[in-house]
Amino acid sequence: MHSRYEVVIGLEVHVQLTTKTKIFCGCSTAFGSHPNSQTCPVCLGLPGALPVLNQQVVEYAIRAGLATNCQIAPRSIFARKNYFYPDLPKGYQISQFELPITEHGWLDIDKEAGEKKRIGITRIHMEEDAGKLLHGGNSGSRVDLNRACTPLLEVVSEPDMRSADEAIEYLKQLHQIVVYLGICDGNLEEGSFRCDANVSLRPFGQVELGTRAELKNINSFRFIKQAIEYEVERQAELLDDGGKVVQETRLFDADTGVSRSMRGKEEAHDYRYFPDPDLVPLVVDEAWISRVRAELPEMPLVKRQRYVEQFELPDYDAGVLSAERGVAEYFEALVDLHAQPKICSNWVMGEVMRALKENGSTIIDCPVSPELLAGLLKRIDDNTISNKIAKTVFEEIWQTGKSADQVIEEKGLKQVSDSGAIEAILNEVIAANMGQFEELKAGKDKLTGFFVGQVMKLSKGKANPGMVNQLIQKKLSE
Amino acid sequence: MKITREEVEHVARLSRLALEETEIDALTGQMDQLLGYVEKLNELDTEGIVPTAHAVPMENAFRADEVKPSIGLERALQNAPQSEESCFVVPKIIE
Repeated sequence: MHSRYEVVIGLEVHVQLTTKTKIFCGCSTAFGSHPNSQTCPVCLGLPGALPVLNQQVVEYAIRAGLATNCQIAPRSIFARKNYFYPDLPKGYQISQFELPITEHGWLDIDKEAGEKKRIGITRIHMEEDAGKLLHGGNSGSRVDLNRACTPLLEVVSEPDMRSADEAIEYLKQLHQIVVYLGICDGNLEEGSFRCDANVSLRPFGQVELGTRAELKNINSFRFIKQAIEYEVERQAELLDDGGKVVQETRLFDADTGVSRSMRGKEEAHDYRYFPDPDLVPLVVDEAWISRVRAELPEMPLVKRQRYVEQFELPDYDAGVLSAERGVAEYFEALVDLHAQPKICSNWVMGEVMRALKENGSTIIDCPVSPELLAGLLKRIDDNTISNKIAKTVFEEIWQTGKSADQVIEEKGLKQVSDSGAIEAILNEVIAANMGQFEELKAGKDKLTGFFVGQVMKLSKGKANPGMVNQLIQKKLSE
Repeated sequence: MKITREEVEHVARLSRLALEETEIDALTGQMDQLLGYVEKLNELDTEGIVPTAHAVPMENAFRADEVKPSIGLERALQNAPQSEESCFVVPKIIE
C-alpha cells in the first residue's frame, strides 16, 4: 500500500492472571462484583498498609517465561512507577523496571507458505492493575477499586513485526499460550488480555526507527488490526506531506474506525522509577524453575507437530485439534480408547465441534465424554451400525447421556447384516424398478448407487451397505 | 549550579505541588545542595557491587493465594471526601 515506508510494530500485552487473590493482598479478584466490595487497606492505598507478594503470581510468571523461551532471572525486584491518576490510589503502580522476572524470549509465528518468523520478547514482568474509572456521573467521575492490585503480566515484544497481520499472528499465539498454561482466562471483552501497539514507519533501508505512536488498550484482534492499519495510513499521509509524527498515545474508536490523541506531548511521561522499599527482592532458584518446567503442559505447536508425526494426521487436523487445550485433551483421551486417530479426528472436528457450536457449549461441558464416543466408534468399527446411523446415535447420546450400546438396543438401530433379510429387500426394490435393473445389467454402472440407496431407504438405513453392494453384484452375475 | 528553575518546576508539577515564585528560588538552591551531597557517593568505586534494592537483607516474603475477607464497602468509602453509588467520586476526568 505504502511501499515507500516500512511498518515497524512492537506490542505490549497485559495478561490478567487467574489467581484467586490480588497480587499484594488477599482480596478476591472475581470479576463483576459490586464496586469497591473487594478492597482492603493495601489495594485502597491507605497509609501504612504493606503489600505482600502472592506466590502464585511468581509461579505463573515463571510458567509464562519458560513457555516463551525466556530466561528466568535468579533475582528480580519490584519498582514504583510514579504517576497521578484517580484510578491509582497510591500515586504509583508497583511494577518491575530494572531486573524483571524474565527476559530475552521469542515466539515463532506462521507466515504464508509455511514460513516462520521469529518475534523477540524483550521481557515479561509482574505488576498490579489500576482501578476502573466510570465516566458519566453528574458530580464527577466515579472510581471502582475492585480491579486495583489485580495481578498482571506485561509481555513486551521487540519491534519485530512488519504488518498488522504479523502482529495478529503473534497475539493469537501468545493468547493461545497463556490460556494453555492456565494462567489467564483469555477473555478479551472482560479485559483479561489487553494490547497496546507501538507503530512507526521508516523509509525502506533506514536503520533507525521512526517516531512511534502508541495505540492503547484495544480489546479485540479485529480492532487491533483496524487500529494498526489506520495508524499506518495516518502516519504515511503525514510523512508524505512532509510532516512529522508526534510521539503520543492514541485511543482507537472501534465505532468510527478513527483514533485520536489521548495525552498531549507536554505531559511526556516521567515515571521516576525506583525500587519499592515495601517489597524485598525476589529470588528464584534452579529447583523452582525446574519444577515449573517439569509441570508445563505440552505447548500447542509441539502438540500439533506430534499429532502429525505420531498419529499421521493432516497438518490441518493437527492444527484444529491442538488449538485449544480442552479439545486436545479430549482428542487424546479418545485416541487412548480408540486407536484410530484419523477417525477420532474426524469425529471430534465434525460431530463434536458442530454439536458444541450449535448448543453454545464448550468441550469441558461436552455431554458426550471420550468414553461414550469411543463406545460409539467401536460399533461403527465392528459394523454394528453404519456411519450414517452413528450420527443419529451420537445425537441421542448427547441428549440422554446413555451409552451407544443402550441407544442402539433401545432404538433397534443395529445394522442388518443378515444376507437373507437384505436380499428380500433387494428383490422388492428390483421388482419395483425392473426397467432400471435391465439398464444396469446392460452396463449402466452408475445405477448401482440408485439400488443401494433404495435398499438403504427401505431398511431405514440399517442395511449393511457393503453387503447390499455385494448382493447387487451377485444378482447381476446370475 | 546543576539544578535549574525549570527542573524544579517540572518536579513540582509531577508532584502536583503549586509553588510560589520565591519558593521555587529557595528550593532550587536547596535541591542543588542535596544533589551535591549525594554527588559525593560518586567518588566511591562501586565497580562490581550489586545495587542495593532493599535495606533489610531478606528475600522472598510470600503470601499464599488464599482469599481473605475484604473490609467491606462501608469502611472502604468511610473516609472518601465524596462518594456515590458505592464509588469514590473524583473531579471529572476528561481525556
